Amino acid sequence: MINELFFMNGYGIYVWSAFVFTFLSFASLYVVIRIQYIKEREKFITKFGNLNPERAIFAKSQSINREILSNTPRI
Amino acid sequence: MFKYFEPNKIFSITSRAPKYVLLLFIIIFSIGLTEALILSPEDYKQSHSVRIMYVHVPASWICLGIFSSITFLSVIGYIFKIRNFFLISKSLAPSGFVFNIVSLVTGSIWGKPTWGTWWAWDARITSMLILLLFYILYLVAWRIYDNKDKVFKVTTVITILGIINVPIIKYSVDWWNTLHQPASINILSKSSIHISMLYPLLIMTAAFALFSLLIFLMKYNTELIKIKNKGLDRL
Repeated sequence: MINELFFMNGYGIYVWSAFVFTFLSFASLYVVIRIQYIKEREKFITKFGNLNPERAIFAKSQSINREILSNTPRI
Repeated sequence: MFKYFEPNKIFSITSRAPKYVLLLFIIIFSIGLTEALILSPEDYKQSHSVRIMYVHVPASWICLGIFSSITFLSVIGYIFKIRNFFLISKSLAPSGFVFNIVSLVTGSIWGKPTWGTWWAWDARITSMLILLLFYILYLVAWRIYDNKDKVFKVTTVITILGIINVPIIKYSVDWWNTLHQPASINILSKSSIHISMLYPLLIMTAAFALFSLLIFLMKYNTELIKIKNKGLDRL
């Protein structure tokens, strides 16, 4: 059973390499997009922290900014 | 109707959705892998190499579907000046691009045991390679142009030119003598694929669609935060 799963009558190398390539492509894309997301979010939080109180209140009046600051989960 | 697509309105949903989509993707993908690698039967002609179909075909379907969606959204966005449609298109492109690469590479791996070659300048394979070039052009255009109006125009032109290639990909196996086999699954007529292979294929397609939705949501949220970052600079 295990032998058949790995070797697949000699086709195992082709089947497994196709599946591994797909998995690695998915994982790489996920990691790249996640890094971009975290970077932008950190940048937003830093910029927001540097605003003076009046501007911070104005920025916080926008619901999307409040969402980014408070509720946005780290995916 | 378009006001419901405004980023401010949908961010609260798009920012929370990825973790649920990821969970669902892991479940469906696990079931799909079990079906594709263990439970589905081998083919009487191609033996176990047919299992490559379970990653190759969904990747091809989804990269074609994404490119068609990008074209539709870009054209509608350009005509009605809906900037959010361009943002959605831009966020869809990375997963379409990666699925196109997966389709070409897994097709090449499948070609070796089936046709005896890794690559052939066959109409289907070449037209898929051309689609990849259009994805590259589209992604590069977003990187090189800063002017929003210019990037909207250029990306719309790229998608319009690229969409001409989509029916060519679809019908290439009927129009020309190709190494690539004709379609086994038809919506309008009877499919030649056996049900025991169709189910795993549909499950893997659902898993791939969920993965592209996950990447789209993450990228879309990133793009929205990027816009808000620029907004903070202007304050």
